[in-house]
Amino acid sequence: MIKILLARLRQGHRTMAYPKGNAPELPERFHGAPAIDAARCRADCRKCAEACPTDAICFDGKARRIDLGRCLFCDDCRRACPDHAITMTRDYRLAVGTRDDLIRCDGETHRARALDDTLRSLLGRSLKLRVVSAGGCSACEADTNVLTTIGWDIGRFGIQYVASPRHADGLLVTGPVPDNMKLALEKTYEAVPAPKIVIAVGACAISGGPYINHPEQHGGAASIVPVDLFIPGCPPHPLTILDGFLRILDRIQ
Amino acid sequence: MPNDFSLRIRNAEALPIARIPVLSCDDFRQTIIESVNSGGRISAYFGMRFAEDHVRIIAVVAFEDKGDLSVFSMVVDRGYPAITPDCAQAHWFERELAEQWGIEPVGHPWLKPVRFQAPYRGNAIASVCGVTNFFRINGDEIHEVAVGPVHASVIEPGHFRFQCFGEEVHHLEISLGYQHRGIERALVGGPNKRTIHYMETLAGDTTIGHAFAYCQALEALSRCNVPPRGLVLRGIALELERLANHIGDLGALAGDVGFLPTASYCGRIRGDVLNFTALLCGNRFGRGIVRPGGAAVDLDGDMVDVLLKGLSAAIPDTSSAVNLLWDTPSVTARFEDTGVVPFEVCEDLGLVGVAARACGVDRDVRKDLPFGIYRFVHIPTATWDTGDVFGRAHVRDVEIQRSFAFVREQLETLPKGEVHVDPAPLMPEHLAVSLVEGWRGEICHVALTDDRGRFASYKVVDPSFHNWFGLAYALRGQQISDFPLCNKSFNLSYCGHDL
Repeated sequence: MIKILLARLRQGHRTMAYPKGNAPELPERFHGAPAIDAARCRADCRKCAEACPTDAICFDGKARRIDLGRCLFCDDCRRACPDHAITMTRDYRLAVGTRDDLIRCDGETHRARALDDTLRSLLGRSLKLRVVSAGGCSACEADTNVLTTIGWDIGRFGIQYVASPRHADGLLVTGPVPDNMKLALEKTYEAVPAPKIVIAVGACAISGGPYINHPEQHGGAASIVPVDLFIPGCPPHPLTILDGFLRILDRIQ
Repeated sequence: MPNDFSLRIRNAEALPIARIPVLSCDDFRQTIIESVNSGGRISAYFGMRFAEDHVRIIAVVAFEDKGDLSVFSMVVDRGYPAITPDCAQAHWFERELAEQWGIEPVGHPWLKPVRFQAPYRGNAIASVCGVTNFFRINGDEIHEVAVGPVHASVIEPGHFRFQCFGEEVHHLEISLGYQHRGIERALVGGPNKRTIHYMETLAGDTTIGHAFAYCQALEALSRCNVPPRGLVLRGIALELERLANHIGDLGALAGDVGFLPTASYCGRIRGDVLNFTALLCGNRFGRGIVRPGGAAVDLDGDMVDVLLKGLSAAIPDTSSAVNLLWDTPSVTARFEDTGVVPFEVCEDLGLVGVAARACGVDRDVRKDLPFGIYRFVHIPTATWDTGDVFGRAHVRDVEIQRSFAFVREQLETLPKGEVHVDPAPLMPEHLAVSLVEGWRGEICHVALTDDRGRFASYKVVDPSFHNWFGLAYALRGQQISDFPLCNKSFNLSYCGHDL
């Protein structure tokens, strides 16, 4: 017993102050949303779009669009650019409420909005989620799960991952939804009592990610169930996922 | 010895495909069975398209005592006498072969799909994932428990069928395939801009391990030598991945027996180790570190200092958290004699990694078929001989200490120079076998190129492919309530298996 107490003293208090205090520090080489400075682009150059493994960059006249729902945040585009027109920003606040809001054009940004009053009065202080991995590689799952550890402690906000969809207010889906997992996802969704929300976490769950166009998968959660919150990344940083949760619950602006 | 028939190659060596012997069915069967009886272990066994609607079956057998691999093949049309009745290690591989290529191993005792995927030729042997003829025990007091694919906690999907007599599990059958995304099919014709991203997301918790195995195969096929600093950085990344997962697993094992102090501390320390990896590349899982030709990132002096400082805190924190397990009788009582896999069964099934070493099998690719930096720097192999949950936890604990020591030593003596060279195009019509000791065990990639130097076939064998059956065995005679603990003590990959 004394050893347990001594270890307890040694390990100390580790829960972060965020969101009341500062957000935890991101690594120096962190890849947030990529940004293209179109003024620096040479004419007719398409090197970034050609290098992108998921074809997340498209050219529309002078405009360049980056689909954060497809983006793997890998920086292959930045490395391919001969004019240093692409930077990986440190913007981690990437969660949005609609699929279209993930398509960034000329630096415009969108953020997720709070749930409507009815939903917020029901879920605002207690949001129970059933996590469904549907072809997820376990990276999105791991950084979703890490929010329950003592450093992040999402229990502080009344958020909890629960074992049964019958106990849940919504689903958190990862992975591109393989055909082999479609039925299970549909049944799990049906088992959640209404009103319910769905959160898609990671490039796979939003667009299929690296598996876009594979006939073995369905291109993400929204092809099967209605999605209320999209959190892009490969995987999204835990802070990005938490930011999404707190925004829909109206805990941060 | 049957070796006269086979081609012997080293880990990460490329040879012309023309040199792979094509044996008669009898010689092929005899070679594989005798190889396994004389200390070999099947690392890979797969089909690839051959002229005129035939399939070439390629076997790769690892000889840990000799430090090399033997490769041989046969060509079949529709079927051949199954190897599994004489060699249990072939069991899962032959099921996969039947599912992918429509080839029947005649006389296979348990011919069912392993991942319910669309076949590469012929008709599918199953249509709906998870619907198959499950093994059943009948009797008045027998009951069946079905769990999954969506099962408790934040975890990937799989289906588990328990045949129980009272609380005692007589048989567990594991049915997978829910995570199948068609990776191997999509790799053919590569490499291309998406290939490395398939490797990094093939099993997300083994990003470094699979990217490492892939790059090593590519470098063998292009005769590319990675500079020493690149080799060391990859070694550091691979050991950090092992550390994060082992520490997380010990925390999760503590959680499964209701011992919350270690569960809480290890959960937090695992995150710190992931952040060490993020220091290298910005991503907690090591996306973007390992690239063909070396490493895509380098460490500057300040980063080395930050890492060393981080290690000096993480090492004592980890030992403080983990040692609580061994000082707590309520924990050790639950770990000991739970989920036992005997040494002989481990050898028969060909288990790898922590699961094998916990049964007393001295097996570690880093030592047996050394690759990369492990050719020059050796990490002692940790084994234990009880084959139970305690053994698997204890081996992890020792490996944590040794990986920490390795990372610290390498950071203190980082060689100077480049971290990357540009690899040349791949040699046409060559084969390379690349083995890496990932945190779960042996990762095997086999790449074969066509006449233009593109992948004609690319086989991935995640350690989980060998070990899922070990978990099923470990449950025999256990209480059904021991399943979460046994499952976590193996902690196998669903997506790495399902591909």
